[in-house]
Amino acid sequence: MIEIRNLVKKYQDKIILNGISADISEGEIFSIMGPSGSGKSTFIKCLVKLVVPDSGQIIVDGKDVLGDKNEFELAQMRRNFGYLFQDGALFDSLNVMENVCFGLKYLTDINPSKYEKIAKEKLSLVGLKDVSSLRVSELSGGMKKRVSLARAIVSEPKYILYDEPTTGLDPVNSEKISELILDMQAKLDITSIVVTHDLKLAFTISDRIAMLHGGKFDLPESPGKFRKSADPFVKKFIDDSICHEMKDSNGKK
Amino acid sequence: MKYFFEQLGHTFIPLFKAIGKVTLMVKSAIVWLFKSKLEHAEVIKQSVRIGADSLIVVCLINFFTGMVLALQTGYSSKSLFNEPLYIGTIVGFSIIKELAPVLTAIVVAGRAGAAVTAEIGTMKVTEQLDALHTLGTNPARYLLIPRYIAFIITLPLLTVFADFLGVMGGFVVSLVKLGVPSSVYWNDIFTFMEISNFMHGFLKSIFFALIIATVSFHKGLGTKGGAEGVGKATTESVVTSMVLILVFDYFISAAFVFVGLI
Repeated sequence: MIEIRNLVKKYQDKIILNGISADISEGEIFSIMGPSGSGKSTFIKCLVKLVVPDSGQIIVDGKDVLGDKNEFELAQMRRNFGYLFQDGALFDSLNVMENVCFGLKYLTDINPSKYEKIAKEKLSLVGLKDVSSLRVSELSGGMKKRVSLARAIVSEPKYILYDEPTTGLDPVNSEKISELILDMQAKLDITSIVVTHDLKLAFTISDRIAMLHGGKFDLPESPGKFRKSADPFVKKFIDDSICHEMKDSNGKK
Repeated sequence: MKYFFEQLGHTFIPLFKAIGKVTLMVKSAIVWLFKSKLEHAEVIKQSVRIGADSLIVVCLINFFTGMVLALQTGYSSKSLFNEPLYIGTIVGFSIIKELAPVLTAIVVAGRAGAAVTAEIGTMKVTEQLDALHTLGTNPARYLLIPRYIAFIITLPLLTVFADFLGVMGGFVVSLVKLGVPSSVYWNDIFTFMEISNFMHGFLKSIFFALIIATVSFHKGLGTKGGAEGVGKATTESVVTSMVLILVFDYFISAAFVFVGLI
């Protein structure tokens, strides 16, 4: 379980997170929506201390993430998390197999002779075969996200953080990614925290959705309640997103 | 008065910030060097890359520097004394103690240092450095230590190549152009030069390696923005390395002279 208490983060004078609190239960898919620049990515980076908040508490399975930790304790804590970065953040200098095996080397004590077998299993779990020897530059956007997902789940973490998993993808690939997230949930019983402004994705996969606005979460709700929210900002966000999608589809026609 | 202190602050605060960041970076590298397994494969890969990238340019530059040094010394000495004197000695001292280490360091800063900054900078702006953290390692362990070691191994080796090629360049000109017998040229070198002269240049190249590695990594880590930021960081890295190499060349030489390593 992840407990977040009064999280505050400022960049110079700009307040990005203004006292955020939330509880994320085990096995839950918790989505965070909000406009660009609202601090969604900053929030999930705080969860693994890639960004250090100015104040507040993050407690993961009863342990304080933000307390004084040296680099080794931090590395140990991060073993609980898989992270899917917005653009994949795959290592350009390595091929697909080396990228996926990377986590096994540093996060686990598994015998290196088993790396390839495990990596191939994870790649097939995300629907990729015969891509092991490809360079990152040879992959399409959707493939990059899937390889990145395989890399994130290779050490079988308890929590996965998805940063804009469908951004930059076409509807078909977006659909595949949302199926993958649900699949991961079902097969690996992972707790997922998804940052997105893709309404369709959030409504399809989430157990609860929170809106990050003005540095605070509006009360996290189930997708059904979120859709009917009376909050003017949430309503406007949903209406604008639907209009935007309709414009896109009309434009394509 | 207020304006004066504001300007002073604008100049020195970023400088002290940079010194602080570099100190933390080096501290992190030292901690991980002793507490984690060395990435041997990465050290070899980087050493080959840094060495092979710069070898031909280093050889070419030092060969021609040796040649021009011999030419200038020969004709100057001819006009003063009517014959080319001590060409080997002058070429040898200049190349081995000063020119080979400095020129080699400048070439390596321009090629390998720039490449390291661009690589680290690109990794920074594409979140690959964050990915390293989430995958159980960190930039100091996976990137910084192997590159530090690679620079410390390859730059002195390249300097030895540069010493040889520079002296050979001088030899070719003194033999072909100035008509100095080869025995005289080599005698001029070996009569006056000692192993300490070689060590003077060799040890300096290790300091230069540390400067290039530190600057290129620091600038890479500080990259902001996209492609433009990477370009800016790379340029800053090369310029800063070159300036620091030339400035520290004086102080390191002075320190060596002070301890008797002349």
